[in-house]
Amino acid sequence: MRFEASEEQAQIRDMVRSLARKEFAPKAAQIDEEGRYPEENLKRLAELGLLGMLVPASHGGSETGTVAYAIALAEVAGGCASTAVGMAVTNMVGEGIHRFGSEEQRSRFLPALASGTVTGAFALTEPSAGSDAFGISTVALRDGDAYVLNGSKVFITNGSRAGVTIVMAVTEKEPKKRISAFLVLPGMPGFSVGKPEHKMGLKGSDTVSLSFGDCRVPKRNLLGAEGEGFPIAMTILDGGRIGIASQSVGIARAALDAATSYARERRQFGEPIASFQAIQGMLADSATELDAAELLALRAAYRKDAGAPFTREASVAKVFASEAAYRACHRSVQIFGGYGYIREYPVERHLRDIKVTSIYEGTSEIQRIIIARNLLGQGRR
Amino acid sequence: MVFDLTEEQRMIQEMTRNFAQKEVLPKAAELDETGRFPEELVRQMAELGLMGVAVPEGYGGAGMDNICYAIAMEEISRACASTAVILSVNNSLACDPILKFGSEEQKKKVLVPLASGRHLGCFGLTEPGAGSDAGSQKTTAVRNGDHYVVNGTKNFITNAPQADTCILFTMTDKEKKHKGITSFILDMKTDGVTVGKNEKKMGITASATASIILEDVRIPVENRLANEGDGFKVAMHTLDGGRIGIASQAIGIARASLEDALAYAKERKQFGQPIANFQAIQWMLADMATEIDAARLLTYRAAWLKDRNVRHSKESSMAKLYASEAAMRASVKGIQIHGGYGYIKEYPAERHFRDAKITEIYEGTSEIQRLVIASALLKD
Repeated sequence: MRFEASEEQAQIRDMVRSLARKEFAPKAAQIDEEGRYPEENLKRLAELGLLGMLVPASHGGSETGTVAYAIALAEVAGGCASTAVGMAVTNMVGEGIHRFGSEEQRSRFLPALASGTVTGAFALTEPSAGSDAFGISTVALRDGDAYVLNGSKVFITNGSRAGVTIVMAVTEKEPKKRISAFLVLPGMPGFSVGKPEHKMGLKGSDTVSLSFGDCRVPKRNLLGAEGEGFPIAMTILDGGRIGIASQSVGIARAALDAATSYARERRQFGEPIASFQAIQGMLADSATELDAAELLALRAAYRKDAGAPFTREASVAKVFASEAAYRACHRSVQIFGGYGYIREYPVERHLRDIKVTSIYEGTSEIQRIIIARNLLGQGRR
Repeated sequence: MVFDLTEEQRMIQEMTRNFAQKEVLPKAAELDETGRFPEELVRQMAELGLMGVAVPEGYGGAGMDNICYAIAMEEISRACASTAVILSVNNSLACDPILKFGSEEQKKKVLVPLASGRHLGCFGLTEPGAGSDAGSQKTTAVRNGDHYVVNGTKNFITNAPQADTCILFTMTDKEKKHKGITSFILDMKTDGVTVGKNEKKMGITASATASIILEDVRIPVENRLANEGDGFKVAMHTLDGGRIGIASQAIGIARASLEDALAYAKERKQFGQPIANFQAIQWMLADMATEIDAARLLTYRAAWLKDRNVRHSKESSMAKLYASEAAMRASVKGIQIHGGYGYIKEYPAERHFRDAKITEIYEGTSEIQRLVIASALLKD
């Protein structure tokens, strides 16, 4: 056990913290208000090597490992949660292609993803297949040297600007349903992007539907073996959950910091409200739960880097962190009182932003089922 | 960041788990029912070096680190929370303050028998009128030549009836309030020391809890621990470590709740299938496991900081607060999963619930932990 960051991890944390506080946080309210994609933030992340943290240096990545990635993502999320989710998905796609792609695919996509010239997206969810991910109905039928895709995807982060999207589609229905993963590029005939969703929070992130009408995807864009898409998707999501847990911690720490400063300044009954036990208790609970959440996220990241099984640990981190972070953001609004409800202060945005973390990349309900099956000796390990 | 146990930590985990499962667990229900002090288990734990886990070998201890101590506490608590608190008081509240604040002579004379388990220790801070407000000590110590004369009453003192040695807190200068508190190493056989009757408790019934009455007790000056007026600092430092032990105890109890409920849920059939198949049950199990993991990481972190002599008041309080409240939630869920059987003494679920409750109270209530944490946050 060692409960301190390595020198490299600490350097990355300090660098990203300073970037997020100086450059991202001041613009976060405006990005939220306008629902504008924070292109300039993603560009800065790319310059610093933060979009290919899980990609080897030989393919243009910074290869920092998952612990450093989790640390960096939390810092970015503390400045701007919309920027963080964009960063998370591109990193996740890069890792997916590195892990499951052919050498040709790696060379074709990884340097572009890691350098930020290409954004990544991951398309699993469909209108009728959310938690029941295996229930997807987008089909991909082999036709010569291509697959023909038909169907639609929803709630796809980075979807309208992605240079490469990992798309899950059914390649075999009978006798056993099999899913395959494809790398779909913009401009492929029959591939179109729907209009942006209006969301409660994370308003600067790009969330769209995708449709495929006789969309021809060359065979060389099949990711992994045919029929192996579902385990690929689940493995990618295991890693993704560490990212969402870290994003949750980052958003909620920003809310806690804001509430702590406010409590020191705000006076009622002749003294700062920080001197009241009711307020102190809320601050203490948030700090305690966020420390626990951070440790759970870093433990899952550590296990992933060490090559140890981490499905359960990632789900534990994700469900705990997203729910603890929600409670912390909610308390922060409460500590601000009426001002907490007003857009001039950041905490109402934190509360709107945090809500999605207990929903996307597997709801809390799904995480609990994964954890329980694992306890019962039924799950993946 | 490294989240693996060291070789030594894995070794003590295996050793204490085997011991707890084989020797302690089979006796837990009987100990709870009779409230008998588990003398033989304390002797066995002493033989295994568990009475002074983090005390250097030169002073009679096992010379391990505080994560090893947390691991040992968790494993013993998994089997019997009463037995575990006897261990934790001796390690954290008796050995640790002497190790940190004692003179070389005190260490040789008092720490060696405590850490090796020949003697048992207790910690006399709480008084009838001084619980959370530990600074308002009414017990007085008046210097008279080469000794102090002590008068007062301590209550809720774990291990008091069996203890050979007590780390005792007294007021030597009332004007200075908590800065007028002085600590002593008290030989419990000293004239004027009387132990009250054993309290009847809701849980941890096999650990003895009694008052200590002090009437004109003469304590030699050389048995003063640290300087006059340093007592409050000694107490707070000691509790920072003690809270790691109680957090570990809570984790052990929570794990017992989870493991028992898990086994029951796999066997118990309703609506034609094991209740473990139902999402309602799966959720409770998942929440218990998740919160146990969170509590354990907070606890190991505090222990790790203690080993590095870094200030860890906030981290210990976080561990203790979170672990104790998580244990309470886990033990309620454990009963609920057992249904009616959970309410019956034939199953251990209700014992875990009764045992868990004290972890939210002793060595600083949850309310006090929140104040400690908030004050650290507001200072940053």
